[in-house]
Amino acid sequence: MIARRRVSMLRLGALLFGFAFLYLPIALLVVYSFNGSRLVTVWGGFSARWYGALVENEKYRDAALTSLEIAVMAATIALVLGTCAGFAMNRFGRFRGRLVFGFMLMAPLVVPEVILGLSLLLLFVAAQNWIGWPASRGIVTVTIAHATFAACFVAVLARAQLTLFDRVLEEAALDLGARPLAVLWRITLPGISPALVSGWLLAFTLSLDDLVVASFVSGPSATTLPMAVYSSVRIGVTPEVNALATVFLGIVFVMVALAGWLMARQERRRLATVP
Amino acid sequence: MTGIGAGLRRFLIGLPFIWLMVFFLLPLAIVAAISFAESADSIPPFKLIWTMANYRALCSGCLGAYTNSLALAALATALCLLVGYAIAFAIARTPGVWRQLLLFLVMLPFWTSFLIRVYAWIAILQPSGLINRLLLASGVIEAPLPLLYNGFSVTLGLVYSYLPFMILPLYGSLSRLDESLVEAAADLGARPRRVFLDVILPLSLPGIAAGCLLVFIPAVGEFVIPDLLGGPGTLMVGKMLWQEFFDNVDWPAAAAVAMALVALLTVPLLLAQRFLEREGAA
Repeated sequence: MIARRRVSMLRLGALLFGFAFLYLPIALLVVYSFNGSRLVTVWGGFSARWYGALVENEKYRDAALTSLEIAVMAATIALVLGTCAGFAMNRFGRFRGRLVFGFMLMAPLVVPEVILGLSLLLLFVAAQNWIGWPASRGIVTVTIAHATFAACFVAVLARAQLTLFDRVLEEAALDLGARPLAVLWRITLPGISPALVSGWLLAFTLSLDDLVVASFVSGPSATTLPMAVYSSVRIGVTPEVNALATVFLGIVFVMVALAGWLMARQERRRLATVP
Repeated sequence: MTGIGAGLRRFLIGLPFIWLMVFFLLPLAIVAAISFAESADSIPPFKLIWTMANYRALCSGCLGAYTNSLALAALATALCLLVGYAIAFAIARTPGVWRQLLLFLVMLPFWTSFLIRVYAWIAILQPSGLINRLLLASGVIEAPLPLLYNGFSVTLGLVYSYLPFMILPLYGSLSRLDESLVEAAADLGARPRRVFLDVILPLSLPGIAAGCLLVFIPAVGEFVIPDLLGGPGTLMVGKMLWQEFFDNVDWPAAAAVAMALVALLTVPLLLAQRFLEREGAA
């Protein structure tokens, strides 16, 4: 009994320490975003002045709009590509090139971003020389780059959900004479929709968060939010970045909570249908 | 397979396949080609010839960055494994609803800005930062400790940023673990330590492998962490590549740095395909 209690204290200790480590920096950012002082480490009383400065900062506002535009487009492309890839890996067993396909889907999840960024930039430069496209680098090139690696993350989620999906429904629809495309569109895709929603959201956040790849493949016409933040952070610690981080956190929290709620709902439904 | 028409099947495989060929594999081939080119004062800033000069320069001047990267990434992976295992183990033994909440809390940070989370550590570690102020105020130290811009801060940043990538696969392995095996070992008189070393640890090896690869591979080429938290003594490959490209505008040199990094990561990448494929299929 005593041994068991000690083990459970150890477990509690691991959780407390672990989560304190993960959340301490984030909590500090939020607290200091309300700091009246310009010095980030000195508490100068409660103030919302950095939020005011943030709203008036045109550099951040433009960059945020650019980032949003890219993230929406990239997430949508990634959703289409990733869902197709998820199907290919889950449903088609062994096809020619599956090993290469699997490698191309896995590698972007782990390959260092500097390599992804540099290689895509060199591709765009080469393509410009050979076929004249893209004429300039900016929103389009960053979108393509983000869609490429985000698609691999979407594929993981889509594939996992397809594994859980009950194929009896598809077979029933086919037996009743539905065409394959109709089955895909009206049975399978709605069935895996929670993975598609969370996949889109994950792709969206990955795009919004990326500094390295965007820095390589973007041109002077497009500065994303992480690029703008990086250029301020490089100069020194600025309180406005704390305010920006807090706003960001709020948005992400709402979005992730939404995705979590959707997944929990789906899980409940799944459990409810299991006899 | 039987259910899905041949045309549809061709489309579902073909679209992502061609996309990834064009935007992932082809670019790597171009990097390989340009790593043998010569830097030039033109647009784009290189001339396509066949020279080993970039690789020779790499061997003579930059090996330190590679050993730094490997050492720091290996250290960070080991620490992540230690901390991550304890956390994943504790989560796997937490009852129902709490477990979901804890998993959610593990994932939440990596949905927030990576750049800003790394930047937050500057305010904590700098000489006038939180830790030094607390230690100075409590009289433990006389002068501020050098916590920032060295190997310590880079390792800390790596562990902090990549910890969720370690916890999730470990949790996956540990939550699938057959509890009856643990009970059987205990019933047969094995002490907790023995149960852990002989039963739990071997059964969680796939999770350990997946987690270590998910941390180690990106950590070797990390740019943001050594750039914001590192100093002159902790130059890493990712940062060196960035400097060659952006500061020196030497694209062929940057390409050579990238190719050497790819070569270094080939074995871990092939291992990753094996282990992550298995985890994904499970």
